[in-house]
Amino acid sequence: MKVQSPLEVYNYLPGTNCKECGEETCMAFASKLIDRSKSLDLCKEILDDSYKEEYEKLKEMLSPEIKEIIIGIGDKAVHVGGEDVLYRHQLTFYNQPPFAYDVTDVMDEKEITERVNFVSNYKKFYVGSFLRLDMIAIRSVSDDPKKFAECVKKVKDLTELPLILMSFNPDVLEAGLEVVKDKRPLVYAANEDNWQKVAELIDKYKVPVVLFSPDLDKLASLAKTFVEMGMNELILDPGTYPSGKQLMSTFERFIKLRRSAIKDGNKDVAFPIIGIPAIASLVSKGKDELEQAISESILTILETIKYGDLLVFHNIAPYVILPAIHLRFNIYTDPRSPVRVEPGLFEMGTPDENSPLFLTTNFALTYFTVKSDLESNNINSYLLVVDSDGICVEASVAGGQLNPGKIKEAIEATKAKEKIKHNTLVLPGLAARLSGSTEDETGMKVLVGPTDSGRIAKWMEDHWQTKA
Amino acid sequence: MDKMTQLLKLLENTDTIELNEFRMDFEELELNIMPAIQQVVQTAQRQAQQAEIVREAILAEEFKPPIYNYPGEVAEVQLGAGTRKPVFLGGQKALYRFEEPQPNPPVVTFDVFDIPMPGLPRPIREHFEDVMEHPGDWAKKAVKDFGANMVTIHLIGTGPKVMDKTPQQAAAAIEEVLQAVDVPIVIGGSGNPEKDPEVLEKAAEVAEGERCLIASANKDMDWERIGNAAKKYGHNILSWTQLDMNNQRELNRKLLKVVEMPRDRIVMDPTTAALGYGLDYAYTNMERIRLAALGGDDELNFPMSSGTTNAWGAREAWMKESPMPEDSEWGTRDFRGPLWEIYTGLPLALAGVNLFMMMHPLSVRVLKETTQALLGMIEGEKVDISNWIKEV
Ligand code: SF4
Repeated sequence: MKVQSPLEVYNYLPGTNCKECGEETCMAFASKLIDRSKSLDLCKEILDDSYKEEYEKLKEMLSPEIKEIIIGIGDKAVHVGGEDVLYRHQLTFYNQPPFAYDVTDVMDEKEITERVNFVSNYKKFYVGSFLRLDMIAIRSVSDDPKKFAECVKKVKDLTELPLILMSFNPDVLEAGLEVVKDKRPLVYAANEDNWQKVAELIDKYKVPVVLFSPDLDKLASLAKTFVEMGMNELILDPGTYPSGKQLMSTFERFIKLRRSAIKDGNKDVAFPIIGIPAIASLVSKGKDELEQAISESILTILETIKYGDLLVFHNIAPYVILPAIHLRFNIYTDPRSPVRVEPGLFEMGTPDENSPLFLTTNFALTYFTVKSDLESNNINSYLLVVDSDGICVEASVAGGQLNPGKIKEAIEATKAKEKIKHNTLVLPGLAARLSGSTEDETGMKVLVGPTDSGRIAKWMEDHWQTKA
Repeated sequence: MDKMTQLLKLLENTDTIELNEFRMDFEELELNIMPAIQQVVQTAQRQAQQAEIVREAILAEEFKPPIYNYPGEVAEVQLGAGTRKPVFLGGQKALYRFEEPQPNPPVVTFDVFDIPMPGLPRPIREHFEDVMEHPGDWAKKAVKDFGANMVTIHLIGTGPKVMDKTPQQAAAAIEEVLQAVDVPIVIGGSGNPEKDPEVLEKAAEVAEGERCLIASANKDMDWERIGNAAKKYGHNILSWTQLDMNNQRELNRKLLKVVEMPRDRIVMDPTTAALGYGLDYAYTNMERIRLAALGGDDELNFPMSSGTTNAWGAREAWMKESPMPEDSEWGTRDFRGPLWEIYTGLPLALAGVNLFMMMHPLSVRVLKETTQALLGMIEGEKVDISNWIKEV
């Protein structure tokens, strides 16, 4: 965004300190707007007609460097772009790049159904909630408008996920658009040859569009032309190439575009970027399964980290998706808010005085992992969450944030000893070296659990049943 | 074509009609098709109100590649001397290749242990099962069969709770590895803060003059003694801190000021957390360190090393299947493991890491190939993507 100081923003706020926005003062609200932790519409007063001018001005001042574009409608709509920084530590990255998976208009019905359902229903538990996939990209391989329209219809009937309609043939695109015109799909793509025809479609259907050219001069010119025509919901495709020097140039084009937009203020390219890891299969087709997985994964890593705002995939093997969704989540986690949970004593299932007492740290990932392992294995137990400044077990043992003194404090504060009659505490395997000193400090018997809580069920069989 | 046919032709395609093509003599037209004409006119007018489709693309200004100057540069460190073929790390003067040619592509050092390591994940064990009894053979296999640039000998067996091997026994393992291969080596302890200084000191002594990387000096143990040993016997030192750039700066400063380690003999390990288990902290910490180095911070401008092997600690890398019944299938773990290592290493390469400690032969190959491709060192298969939509 263009402004850096809360004062610049404050000047346009009502200045009544009415607290409606949840902040004590307008000034406090202004700093929340700057770091993008609150949105302008929370200030009720400024929505009043009398502040129309100020509102417009603020909207413009606060708009992100990279345009934010919405694809799809309703709950499943995705936000693309809207980024403000080149490095996540400078603020945070905002909108996780939606992951789109392809189907084609020459696939048979069964394959389309399987792929679409798989993508729509995919989920993976992580840090307290589920990671999911976001979009379906429909490629026209037939180049036949009728076939394409049929395929779009099929997919539309199968899923609520937002769609990308892919063809360089405007007639094909139009046939698809007719089917889903009220769903706000993304059109892929206008290129050097077809852009006028595609522009007519975009104007008619009022949907966002991808501009494609691996030549950055041409890409910027296309973008400028579309903006000039009044169409500014644009996504840029600077071309994804799978290997060698072409891969190098791909990586560099993504970086150049984003740097130019954010650091050099080049408005012509201040749009989201689409990456196409699916293109890996142009070279890996026919190679063995693992090679195919790897070539698409390399593009996924490069384009997730360096500035892809929307990615299109071909490979739906579960072992290919698994690391990709974690990388995306990690890179788009807000570095300003350490992922931590409240410390305390928690009941897992319905524990009684004979149930084990486990200990972990308040790093959110650790906590949720242990919790879900205990619960999904029906292990009735107490979980003591110690405040380690939100650092995981291994690092906090090494760094001293988890120590016997802290453990003792937590046991006293939560009256954990009174809940159990065996006076035994189970430390995580990665905190084994604290076991002696923790026994001394707390006067409890200390057992060392497994290094991964996924093995607690097995550990219970070997170490707890016999004991109880 | 008569006017009528022309018009009908136009009508077929009213959606894409262009205003400037719509020039005809209305008077000549039959009345009975007037409604259709009106529709065409309306469509055309509507389009005219909304947008004028221009005929020629408007040229943007020539795209200026965003190239910057950096006041600082990363020190260049030589690993290996004496009977070793040397390898160089660091020397970067810019963030990206398109700004300034990048010297010294990333280097991979294979993990080798002084004991057979029954706990290693199966996808790794299966490659080394036959050599695990002998660190020399293990090292040889890593170099000969899997193209290791370097080898790390981890003296795990010296851990009091592992096998409590003596420093002399550790020294024997090192001599074995030095005999077996001629690549530079990294010497790692067991992580025991009481014993490591003694073990690493002895190790440094037997490898005198080979310019190894001693891993590591960290604030948890007697870093001064370890640093002094590295300095005295002509080695490099690995400065290891836990995900904290300020601590890293502080430890580097101590090595520079107290140990008086030369600037070209320090490598940093700012800690690698696996994908899904804190990779975001590791990534950002390293990215910030590299930006600081290029920005002129002379207490952080050393090459970086990553313990990428940590990726194998992630349950997604090694567990047979998800312990969560609600999860979708995870897929075969034979593939998940190496991919997890790639997904941990490659992001950190983008953050600036110069040396990777890794375990799986496939991950090693992919990491090397990809980082070299990004530096323009691999020609690769050229493809035309102008029609990719149909060809994928
Ligand atoms: S709601 Fe608006 S006017 Fe009221 S305190 Fe917040 S910013 Fe100020």
